[in-house]
Amino acid sequence: MKVTVKLFATFRIGRFGEMTKEYDAGTTVGDVLNELSLPLDEIGATLINHRHVEEDHQLQDGDTLSIFPLVGGG
Amino acid sequence: MEEVRNFLRKHAEGDLLPWKHQAFASTHFGLSIGQVERIALELGLLPSRYQRNRNMLNVTHQLRLFRGHVAVIGCGGLGGYVIEQLARLGVGRITAVDPDVFEEHNLNRQLYSSPSLLGQPKAEAARKRVAEINPAVTVYAHKCAYSKTNGGDIIQDADVVVDALDNIKIRLDLAETCAELDVPLVHGAIGGWYGQVCTQYPGEDTLRKIYNRALGAKGVESGLGNPSFTPAVIASLEVAEVCKILVNLGRPLSRRKLHVNLFDMEIIELQY
Repeated sequence: MKVTVKLFATFRIGRFGEMTKEYDAGTTVGDVLNELSLPLDEIGATLINHRHVEEDHQLQDGDTLSIFPLVGGG
Repeated sequence: MEEVRNFLRKHAEGDLLPWKHQAFASTHFGLSIGQVERIALELGLLPSRYQRNRNMLNVTHQLRLFRGHVAVIGCGGLGGYVIEQLARLGVGRITAVDPDVFEEHNLNRQLYSSPSLLGQPKAEAARKRVAEINPAVTVYAHKCAYSKTNGGDIIQDADVVVDALDNIKIRLDLAETCAELDVPLVHGAIGGWYGQVCTQYPGEDTLRKIYNRALGAKGVESGLGNPSFTPAVIASLEVAEVCKILVNLGRPLSRRKLHVNLFDMEIIELQY
């Protein structure tokens, strides 16, 4: 299945801004984070098609997964 | 009191009350500037300082703002700008909470910091500044760290709470107390070129969804620092939310978060 992954802010550095690629059926959001070496405690938000999802959410063909880093300063 | 009302009616210009008459009434009748402001607004008279709030806000809205109480937790990068804008908007009571004193590394961005105030408490600096720019506003300054223990006392009388903290764990404690006390929480956070804003109403748990993976962690700000402009942008968005909540206008960021990227100039809406 084809999934588009969008990275935001500092996650783009040394990676990419947007990429569409093939994933196996049953791939979860957490699998993609692992593949991209994005540690959970640096994740600010994971969204499928603009809506918040958790790591165990399974991707579907045609999804857009957006990944944002944590922002916590004031 | 009728004497005060008559004085204000007599000296109003149309429905505007010029500052010189507001100040004179305060001295002459032995009332605070804030007390005169309340009486004027209840008469339908708008203190002239707010005339450019029109026509987005009318006198009734201005009275709601004046009767409002906003607790700002954190008086640093975000908090300084938030308090400044709330005071100029005409919010009548502001609680300002921060345990820290100004340090040299604050000077690049924190609105109330200056070389002469290094070593001075941030919350008290906010109080003094507001007394200068809008003496109708009462600021309750607390030089203490927000915690679960004192949180209930600090925010129990607030109509809205503003998150201007720099610590994720305390943010989650704040969100929990706001939920328990049924008070809306306007959240803002910054890091480098990036920032985010959302509003959590009672019954929602957006803050936990944002931060539950990162208890005790630091965000991108730990690597990037914070410049002068990002806190001003995010603080302004937070104050716009507070204004709408207090006067019940517009569409606040309920179950939505704005992610602001000033590096690529993108603003993205996230739904929770």
